[in-house]
Parts: sequence; structure tokens; C-alpha cells
Amino acid sequence: MYAVQIEKLTKIYGSGDTKVVALADATFNVAPGELVAILGPSGSGKTTLLTTIGLVTEPTRGKVVLDGELIAEDGWPVGLDLKRIRREKLGFIFQSHNLIPFLTTVENVMIALENNGVGSKEARARSIVILESLGLGHRLDQYPALLSGGESQRTAIARALANRPRVILADEPTAALDTENGKHVMALLKKLAVENNSAILVVTHDQRMVEGFDRIFTFSDGRIVDEKRNNVS
Amino acid sequence: MNLALRDIRHHRSRFIQTCLGLGLLLGVVMSMGGIYRGLFTDATAILNSTAADLWVVQQDTTGPFAATSRIPEDIKFRIRAVPGVEQASALSFQNIQSERNGKPFRFFLIGYELGGMGGPPTIVAGRPIGQKHYEIVVDRAMKIALGEQLRLAGDDYTVVGHTAKMVSSAGDPVAYVTLADAQKIQFKDDNNAIRNSREKLAGQLARLPFLSRNQADQLTPQVAEIVGSTHIANTVVARLAPNADLALAQERINRWNHFRPLTASDQERILTEGMIKKAKMQLGLFRVILLVISGVIISLIIYTMTLDKLRVIATLKLIGTRNRVIVGLILQQSLLMGVIAYAIGLTLIELTHDKFPRRVDLVAIDLQLLFGIVILICIGASLVGIRKAMRVEPAEALGG
Repeated sequence: MYAVQIEKLTKIYGSGDTKVVALADATFNVAPGELVAILGPSGSGKTTLLTTIGLVTEPTRGKVVLDGELIAEDGWPVGLDLKRIRREKLGFIFQSHNLIPFLTTVENVMIALENNGVGSKEARARSIVILESLGLGHRLDQYPALLSGGESQRTAIARALANRPRVILADEPTAALDTENGKHVMALLKKLAVENNSAILVVTHDQRMVEGFDRIFTFSDGRIVDEKRNNVS
Repeated sequence: MNLALRDIRHHRSRFIQTCLGLGLLLGVVMSMGGIYRGLFTDATAILNSTAADLWVVQQDTTGPFAATSRIPEDIKFRIRAVPGVEQASALSFQNIQSERNGKPFRFFLIGYELGGMGGPPTIVAGRPIGQKHYEIVVDRAMKIALGEQLRLAGDDYTVVGHTAKMVSSAGDPVAYVTLADAQKIQFKDDNNAIRNSREKLAGQLARLPFLSRNQADQLTPQVAEIVGSTHIANTVVARLAPNADLALAQERINRWNHFRPLTASDQERILTEGMIKKAKMQLGLFRVILLVISGVIISLIIYTMTLDKLRVIATLKLIGTRNRVIVGLILQQSLLMGVIAYAIGLTLIELTHDKFPRRVDLVAIDLQLLFGIVILICIGASLVGIRKAMRVEPAEALGG
């Protein structure tokens, strides 16, 4: 079973003269543990693809199946619990890490677990394990404002991974980092995709960062214009 | 994990400052309520401490507090003879303003009969008046020590005792002297006036054709004594025997010429509805305005705090946080702010209400009601923030 299946996924903003096709007939599947890069210039539709899969943007047409569950078919099915799916099946990593500023590093990870009903003590213990594995054991009780860019992004990755989601969506995760930290974060994502068997979709405009990705899609004007496969895993 | 407490912990000083500001505002609201209540208590303090059933005053007046009333002191004997009347005493009231230590010094002087009604209700220091002349009991608020002397109408009065929290309807502290002293202070002319008056009287009598010069000279001091009598009171108060019929006693006195018997409830109505009604209305209105201002300020603070957190809320929504957690974040902060501000305001007013120049009566029911209103304001204010938070799209968390 694929982690993500999308078929003729289309998103159109506005109508008539103001109509903008942000995403047009995107079709592909992503297997569990697969690391996929989405490349393209600004306005090419790559973030729209990510937010559509992430249940943030409702598609105009097309079908999305996430971990075997139909989440969109010409729009969201009536009664679909968007928050539950985001909570249970998805992990998000943002360009500017989006950590909660009034929560410490460990609490930022704990909240993702508590959202899924994990008790406070267990959530803390699990969060510490994840953070230590990402080299943040010494930063557990620091507020985000005191973390470096790389530490903040690793905390965000820890939060995205906390619930062992089937799919991780990363929107420009290295944009706010220098090259060295950026490469480190990408390497970490690759490692986690394999270890956790999670499908990871990374939107980026920086081709240098996608070395070793399983597949690379290039978008332009809302359409997939190129698809490359690597055998490196 | 309680997000509201985590947020407060992180922005501790800002939250404390906000609570302090709100606390001061709520303290002002509480003090206005206390002053509002205090106005009533002050207005009725003398009325209540006298504990009279009937106040007999000059006909067609609403004396002795709201209007001038002068009646002969000896009417008290006639009143004592009315069936049902157990005790009757003459009282005199007057405002006195003089200078003391270079500052204006104002008080309300009550003259009462020793052993009669209307004297100091409690003596908190010293002793009650023990002799007929030149002793005075003053309220503690006048800040005159025991043994000190106070000069009134040319005579020195020794302070022998202190009362507490006895004020007139105008809020001036009360002092007590004997009725005889009070009558002298209020009604007796000074020596020059007496001399002029006697000469004028002697001249008028001498001009009467049916009196010889010798007769006029002999009559002058006696007529002067009658004309210059100070046996005048402002009211005679009466207490009825248990089970006596108040309406009947009132009706009997009402039949006499020149007098008007007012019941204690009549006096209370005159004092509260007449004398302090506008002041109460003004204070009441001011209190309502302050509450509205507090509500607006709390709403703005909560709304601003929510606006500051829009990106956080969007992120929380994106990672699947339930709405009740987000609602709790805003509502709990709002309630906590209201409760802490209320506690600060209450502590502040409890510590300072005795230092206000006028009485501040903190009534439990008023404070409880205010607490309820503050909670409602906090809930209402947080609803505005919650409405805003619920409209935040998870997509707002994305992007740079």
C-alpha cells in the first residue's frame, strides 16, 4: 500500500478572468520510506501540492489517498475529520520551524504526542528520547528563542516525527539554514525516512539539497514537468 | 499540558504588569462601590446611633438634617407624656468650621442631655462626658488627643473621649457636648451683641407710654432674659415602649400646632432620597462607567494577546491540536487574568480603605457581585479572541 496516492490533483483559485491554476492534474504515488523532493521556482505549485496533501488546502479536482484512507475526491469528503488525519497520519516541517515560542524544546515535541492522547509523563519521556537521538539532549528545557537555526529545525523535525506519522511534509526546511546545517537536516530526513518507514515529501527550490533523494519531481506552472528516480536509498 | 499556564510562565512580567494594571482599575471600581455604600452609611449614622422612633421637629420643615428646625427644649416634657413614649430627649445639631493648626477644621457638633438619647454610641478611648459643662467627646478622625482643649464660642472644651466612625451626612466627623453647652455655642450672642440688644430693648421699653422710666428699667433685664433664652433645640427625639403604637403616637403629636413628628423611616427617606440621592446616582453611574471601561480594556487585552498568537494558533491547528485546547488557552488566560486582577484590587482596597477621607464600606455581596461580573467580562472578552482564533486557517502557519 502506498503512503500517498494522488491522481489528477488540481487546484484552481478564483474564476473567470482571475482564475489561477495553481496545480494541474498532478498524478503520482509515494511508497512508505520513500524520500521525494519537489523542486520548482516560486509559484510553480509545489507548496500548493504540499498543502493539498496536508489537508490545509481543499483541492478543486482529483483524488488523494493517504495511508489507504481517501481524503479528497474532487474536494474533501463530507464529515472528514481533517484534524484527526493531520494529527495521526501527517507530520509537518516548516520553512521557519514554527515552534511554539512559549514552550520549551521538550514541550514543543510533547504537544504533538499529547494531541494524540499520550499522557503527559509518557509524552515527556518519548520526547526526550527523540530529542536526544537528534542531538538535542542538552537543550531540552530551552525556549526556541535561545536555539540556533539548526537546533530549531531539528526540534521541528522531532515534533513532526513524534507520532511516527505515515507521511512527513516539509516545506522549504532548509531555507532558513546555512548550507552546512541545511545538508545536515536533509541527511537527517533521509535517515528518518528509512528508520521510521515514513514517506517524506520535501518542497525546496535548492537543487543542491536533494542529493540522494529517491525521486525528484520538478514543477512548473502547476504541472509536473520532470521526474527523476535515484537508485540510492 | 496547560498551554495557558505555559504562555503566562513565558511572558511572566508582561502578564503580571497587565494584572497589576487591571487590579488597580478593579480596585477603583471596588472603592467606588464602597464609597457608594459608605455614603448611605454616613448619611444614616447619626440616625441609626440615636435609635429614636420619632423625631419631632419644627412644623413644615424636614429638619433637623435636611432643613433648619428650631423648637423649644421643654416640649420634650409634653412628648414624654404621650402614651407609648418611653423616653424623649432634646438634641441640637450644628456644623462648625474653624481653623486649627492653620488648616480649615470642620466638624458636626451634637448637643445631648447627659443620660438622654443621641449621645456618643461608643467610646473607643477616654470616657463619656461626666460634667454639665466644658467637656467634649470627639470622633477619632478629628485627630485631637485626649486632654487637648478646643475653643468654641469663646470657651475652652476639654477632650475627654473619642468615638469612631461617627460622621454627619456630609461626611464631617461628629463631636458631642452637653445640650446646655451646645445651646450656648449655637444660640447665645456674644457680649457686644447682648449689650446692644439690651440697650435697644431698654430704649423700646422706655418709649412705651404706659410704663414709667423706673418700671422700664426694672423690666429690661427680665425681658432680655426671656428674649435671649437659649433653651432651644433642633429636634426632640423619642423612643417608644415595646409594643407601643408608633402611628398613634405620631398622630397625637401631629395634632399639636407648630410641631411635626417624623418617624425614623421618614428621616431615612429624607436623608437618602433627598440629601444624597444625586451623589449616589453620580457614584452609581461612575461605577457602571468604570465597569464598562474595565470590560473594554479586558477585551482589548485578550484580543491583542490572541492576535499575538495567531501564528501559534495556526501551527497548533496544523499539527492537529483540538479546538478545545485552543479555546482553553484563550479562556483560561482571560479568567486567570480576571481572578488575579480581582485579588490584587481587593487586597489593595482592603489595605487602604481606612485611609480614604470618607467612609468606604466594602459589602460582601457587592464584592461577590463584582467578582461575578469580572468573570462574565473575562468570558465575554475571551469569546472575541476565541472567535478570532477559530477563524485562523492552518495554512497561515506555512510560509516564511
